[in-house]
Amino acid sequence: MRLLRALLDKQEKIFSGKLERLHPLHEAGDTFFFTPGKVTKNPSHVRDALDLKRTMIVVVIALAGCIFMACYNTGYQGNLAIAAGATALESWRTSLMATMGFAFDPSDFLACFVHGALYYLPVLIVTLAVGGLWEAVFAVVRRHEINEGFLVTWMLFPLILPPTVPLWQVALGISFGVVVGKEVFGGTGYNILNPALVARAFVFFAYPAELSGDKVWIAAQTSTDGVSGATWLASAALEGRAAIDTGLTWWDAFLGLIPGSMGETSTLACLAGAVLLVVTGIGSWRIIVSVAVGTIAAASLLNAVGSTTNPFFELPFWWHFVLGGWAFGAVFMATEPVTAPGTNTGRVVYGFLIGVLVVLIRVVNPAYPEGMMLGILFMNVFAPVIDHFSITSNVKRRTARYVNID
Amino acid sequence: MLESYLNLAVKAIFVENMALAFFLGMCSFVAVSRKVETAIGLGSAVVFVLVVTVPLNNLVYVYLLKPGALVWLDPSLAEQDLTFLGFLTYIGTIAAMVQIVEMTLDRFFPALYNALGVFLPLIAVNCAILGASLFMVERNYTFGESLVFGFGSGVGWALAIVALAGIRERLRYSNIPVGLRGLGITFLLTGLMAMGFMAFAGIQL
Repeated sequence: MRLLRALLDKQEKIFSGKLERLHPLHEAGDTFFFTPGKVTKNPSHVRDALDLKRTMIVVVIALAGCIFMACYNTGYQGNLAIAAGATALESWRTSLMATMGFAFDPSDFLACFVHGALYYLPVLIVTLAVGGLWEAVFAVVRRHEINEGFLVTWMLFPLILPPTVPLWQVALGISFGVVVGKEVFGGTGYNILNPALVARAFVFFAYPAELSGDKVWIAAQTSTDGVSGATWLASAALEGRAAIDTGLTWWDAFLGLIPGSMGETSTLACLAGAVLLVVTGIGSWRIIVSVAVGTIAAASLLNAVGSTTNPFFELPFWWHFVLGGWAFGAVFMATEPVTAPGTNTGRVVYGFLIGVLVVLIRVVNPAYPEGMMLGILFMNVFAPVIDHFSITSNVKRRTARYVNID
Repeated sequence: MLESYLNLAVKAIFVENMALAFFLGMCSFVAVSRKVETAIGLGSAVVFVLVVTVPLNNLVYVYLLKPGALVWLDPSLAEQDLTFLGFLTYIGTIAAMVQIVEMTLDRFFPALYNALGVFLPLIAVNCAILGASLFMVERNYTFGESLVFGFGSGVGWALAIVALAGIRERLRYSNIPVGLRGLGITFLLTGLMAMGFMAFAGIQL
């Protein structure tokens, strides 16, 4: 450890001299290993160990369960489909599996985990490399520090992608997300929309064939051999509650053993992350709870209204909670402190409207079976206005109180 | 009946948002969105003008311009088709209405009148307003429908400009690259907002 400190101190001289423009890179490396020793001399002092770096690291730790499920469940679904008759995809991954001596066996934990990791890790590496390049370029040119915000974006983005997404699309998506979603506004803390969701929406709208089709959700050749590759939300849109009640148990969906985007299937893992975020005070419990309340309200309303033409109307809220990206979005996306409103009243309104929108987009809009991404993006757009009005109404109330005392 | 009106309003506000799905009225959308209060003012002015002009233009179209519309004057005019006068008359109606709004604001809300400045008379040539009238003609809306459509598209446009103003108020503290400050970042923002509004694209009502 002392050796590392000495090495970093030695480099510090180079980076504050000849290579000053590249100082952000050195800074990022230094603070990654050591807590900064600088102390603020003037007010205002923030007496809290939870600085931006710790905040972001806590989010990454909270994501651990989802990352684990991304590896295990992706492989499990792939192996399950292959065991049921689908052929393995013809790619380097399949041959690598064979070289390492793993069979496509859904009951073999390690085989599932390795198979899934072979899909998850390349996406993660591409995201880190390309996103990191952009981050570094902007930090050097615009002379700001490399913040840990990027680490969270990088962790989130691969988790909301389907397993078989082409890697060049991952690179394009994260480029758009980092540059247009965040860096043009000045970097971490200034963005209006969630960069990971911007990236996801970009690839979703730009390459619908690869991202919203039936074939991408399972890491195997599904369309040929009678194994359905569609997600349960897509089946629910077509056949309604009956398809889900017969094909799936709630408990499986809760644990996350269903096809879907890599990291978002497991409600349990998201719940564990939510506990950590709420306990450390990073995620707002108001947002998470009000998203849930909004979903319950909208889903129950649609259940009550009913529809003869759209069987999706009957889907009760407890299915909405465990299918698709609901839990992941509510816990990790909606609570993002930068893009969510900063006032408590605003947070409740914001979360509630996200919950309502998710159900509406899922059920009423036939174009997209999943609504979490677009629902949150839509409310991100309105978050500053919500803040504005909750602040002005508070000011108005307090002025009125002051006048009364007078 | 009521249900179809409701559907039309939802469609005009969210699905076919004038600003973020058709990108109409961009000039004042970008220029008057620095403060939420002003944006609300311009937004309500646009709602008012749309609610009045679209039904008015509907009457003009149905009773004056449509092929055979002049039959109520004289049966011999059944052959007449005055649709080529469309743009001229619609803009005429709109300009008259904007004048009325302007005089009202000047008299009763001078602060708002000064804040809106030149963009108030420019509502007359705001393409969202003419666009709504032309959509009304193209889609053969009835009088009631054009009233609802005018209201809906106005509210949608107002919603978009208020959201943009809220975001731009927050952006004042951001560290935007020098070349992008002002219009550049606003156009980027408009694109990103449109992506959010894509949530409703494809809804059939």
